[in-house]
Amino acid sequence: MLESNSAASQVPLLKVENLKVYFPILGGVFRHKVGEIQAVDDVSFEVRRGETVGLVGESGSGKTTIGRAIIRLTEITAGTITYDGKVISNLSAAAFRPYRKKIQIIFQDPYNSLNPRLSIFEIIGEALEIHFPEMTLAARRDRVAELLGKVGLKRDHLDRYPHEFSGGQRQRIGIARALAVGPEFLVCDEPVSALDVSVQAQIVNLLQDLQEELGLTYLFIAHDLAVVEHISDFVLVMNDGKIVEAATAEAIYENPQHEYTRKLLSAVPKL
Amino acid sequence: MALLRVDNLGIRFGAAGEAAPAVDGVSFEIAAGETVALVGESGSGKSVTALALTRLLASPPARYVSGRIEFEGREMLQLPERELRALRGSGIAYIFQEPSSSLNPVFTIGYQIREAINLHRPEIKEVTGEIVRALNTVGIRDPEKRLNDYPHQLSGGMQQRVMIAMALACRPRLLVADEPTTALDVTIQKQIMDLLKELKQQSNMAILLITHNFGLVADFADRVLVMFHGRIVESGATVEVLRNPRHPYTRALIECVPKLGQKQHRLKVIDYAGIE
Repeated sequence: MLESNSAASQVPLLKVENLKVYFPILGGVFRHKVGEIQAVDDVSFEVRRGETVGLVGESGSGKTTIGRAIIRLTEITAGTITYDGKVISNLSAAAFRPYRKKIQIIFQDPYNSLNPRLSIFEIIGEALEIHFPEMTLAARRDRVAELLGKVGLKRDHLDRYPHEFSGGQRQRIGIARALAVGPEFLVCDEPVSALDVSVQAQIVNLLQDLQEELGLTYLFIAHDLAVVEHISDFVLVMNDGKIVEAATAEAIYENPQHEYTRKLLSAVPKL
Repeated sequence: MALLRVDNLGIRFGAAGEAAPAVDGVSFEIAAGETVALVGESGSGKSVTALALTRLLASPPARYVSGRIEFEGREMLQLPERELRALRGSGIAYIFQEPSSSLNPVFTIGYQIREAINLHRPEIKEVTGEIVRALNTVGIRDPEKRLNDYPHQLSGGMQQRVMIAMALACRPRLLVADEPTTALDVTIQKQIMDLLKELKQQSNMAILLITHNFGLVADFADRVLVMFHGRIVESGATVEVLRNPRHPYTRALIECVPKLGQKQHRLKVIDYAGIE
C-alpha cells in the first residue's frame, strides 16, 4: 500500500454508494416483468488510491456484477459510482469513454476472454488504436512488446494466437491488455480461479509487482478467502447481493464477525 | 490381489518420434476400499492416466507404448470391447471436472441415472426407487421432485452431485474423480469433498482422486502419488508425504497452497528449472 500523507490520497479513488443492480425476470406471453433478481442490493464501499480491496463471495453473491457495473458492462438500477471525485454512473456512453482509459478489467476465464481469431498483438493493441489513434503501427508494436515483457512473456509471442498458450499465459495476456491504455484502477474479476494452484501463485505475485511498479489500485474479486487475504488490504464479504462484513484482511482472519465469513474461512482447504 | 495395478504404463500422442510421452513409465496400485490421490499440475499426465484405465483415450492419436493395466486381475489393454464396456461404469466409474459438459443437456437427470442403472444393474426392478436412493445419498433434497429437472436447471454443485449419484448407482469398485471440484466455489468444493469422504466411509469403494491442489489431499487420501511430466516422482502415505516430502517438486506443490492467516510478502512459486 502506498504511504502518502497528502490530502489527495484521502479522497477515495472509487466510491460506490447504495448500488443496486436488479435483473428483471420476464414471463408470460408478452414477456413482461414478473419479478426481479436483486443481484446487488444496496452496496456501499470505497477504494483508496494504491489499495487493494478484496471482494469475496460465492457464485451468485453479486460480486462479479459489481465489478461489471463499475466499468459499465452491466447497467445499474440505482445508486452512485464516483471515480476520483466525479460521478461516473450517470454519464452517457460517450462521456464515459475517456474513463475507460483509467478503469480496466481482467476477466476470469482465460479460455474465453481472448478473441481466438486475433493475434496477441491485435488483442493487446486494439485498445491502443482506439484511445491513442495518433500512434504509428511501429509504436504500437513496441508498446505491446513492452507490455508483454512486463507480464513475463516475450516479444516473439506478438504474432501468435491464444490457442498456443496455457491458461496462466493467457491470463498474463489479459493483464497486458488491461494495462495497455495505462489505467489507474483495475477490476480483477476472479483472475486466478480458473488456474492451477501453482499458477495462481505466479499470477498473484505478478499482480502485486505491477501494483508496486505502476501505482495501481485493485478491486480483487474472488471466492477463495486465502488468496484474497494474501493480496488485499481491506476485504468485503458478500452474500446474496449484500455486504455482510467489511474489515482489514488481518481482522477478517483473526476475528471474523459474521457467520457467513466464518463459513467461507472454514471452506478453505488446509494442509 | 490389488484392485487395480498399473505397471510401467507409457502413453504417447501423435506420430512416432514426436514430443515427450504424456505418461512415462507410471506404476502404482490401488487396493479395494483405498483412497489414493494423484496430484500434479495441468499437463502432468494425470488425466491421461485416469482415462487410460478403461481405454477411454481416442486411439489414435493416443498410443499405448508400454505397460499393463490390471483391474481385478484382468488386463485392460487386451480386453475385448464388449467386456470393456461392461466394466466401464460398473467396475470403474468416473466423475469429471465440468459437470455441465458431462451431463447430457437434452435429457432429464432422472432419465440419465435410469440409463446407467438399466445398463449396469439389470437386476433392479424398482428403478425409480433406486434413483431416488442415489440422489438422497448425495444429499439432494426432495429427490423425487428433481427427477424431471434438466441439468441446466441445477447449480454447478448440484450437477456434480448428480454426476456422483450416476456414478454410484452402478456400484463401482473404483471411482475415478478427475478434478471434481476445480470448477466449483470453495464452499461447494468443501461440500463435495465432505460428501466423498462420507461415501468413502460407507462403502468399500476405492477412490482415485485427481487434483492439482495438495490442500484437498490432506484430509482425504490414504496415499498420494505426485506426477510431473508424465512420471510419478513421489508416492507414499499422505501423512508421511506431507510431513516429509522428499522430491523438490512435491515440496514446491505443497508450498503453493496459500495458507490462511499467514500473509506472506510473496506467494511461493515453483522453480521448474531447479527440479528437472
